[in-house]
Amino acid sequence: MIIVVSLLIVFMLIAAIAAIFFRDLLNAVIAACMVSLIAAILFYFLHAPDVAMAEASIGAALVAAIFIIAIRRTQRHEE
Amino acid sequence: MRVILSILVLIVICLGIVSSLHRIPFGNPETKIGKYCINKGREETGAANIVTSVVVNYRGFDTLGEVTILFLAAIGLGSILTSMSKWSQRKTEPASLILKTGCRFLLPLILLFGAYIFIHGHLSPGGGFQGGAIIASAFLLIYLTFHGKGMNETGSKVTESSSGLIFILLGLIGLAVGNHYFLSNFLPKGQLNDLFSAGIIPLIYIAIGLKVGSELAKVIYNLMEKS
Repeated sequence: MIIVVSLLIVFMLIAAIAAIFFRDLLNAVIAACMVSLIAAILFYFLHAPDVAMAEASIGAALVAAIFIIAIRRTQRHEE
Repeated sequence: MRVILSILVLIVICLGIVSSLHRIPFGNPETKIGKYCINKGREETGAANIVTSVVVNYRGFDTLGEVTILFLAAIGLGSILTSMSKWSQRKTEPASLILKTGCRFLLPLILLFGAYIFIHGHLSPGGGFQGGAIIASAFLLIYLTFHGKGMNETGSKVTESSSGLIFILLGLIGLAVGNHYFLSNFLPKGQLNDLFSAGIIPLIYIAIGLKVGSELAKVIYNLMEKS
């Protein structure tokens, strides 16, 4: 159990750092989406399914969709 | 210089958080109010899900504030986007057959699941906000598939306003009839784990679910269609 949780936390940190350093903003949005998805799994492991559902539906689905719409209206690559 | 300053600010914030939290052991219910809610929550509110009993009953006024913040954010976004001049109407390709068929198949299931989540908020994990977000993601699927066929704006406004009014009216009735505080549980509690139990909690969660769902769907509609 502790191994799974620590692996998830390591993945989450990697995704968070990748979201900062990606030049292609679409990739950055997907990395940020992965951070919220892993956070939702961790909330579930910590016996908080209510928070996990909110995090998965808002953080991973709706926020990513809003960011993608914003990228479509502006530009995809950071200069 | 700027990098050093930002790293310093980050270190100060981390030190503040660590120094305030390091004395509390992880996962240990230290506070009296937490123990009280866990021990007495089921008897006092009749809701099997303790999180719901805290969110809707003990802290119902905070929930009203959260819903109001979401409402203000949706109104602000709508007013900014409608005042802006329309951008170039880009020609969008029609959606593929797979997306159309998948949307037709999945849309009722997603809507049903969202409604299930907020109707059963007092029994199982989930509640108004989660169910509303799931319903809004169903509307996102509609906008991705059928461009231009926007939602019925008057219908969404009526749903949103009437569910907000129901929330406040239930609170005011509780102020007048029940234990004389805002959002007091004046309906009979019923049997624990029944669908019709816990007094006003299911009614309030249905109102919150409809309100959050229509607000988030309107945010997505404004972003997809108007900008």
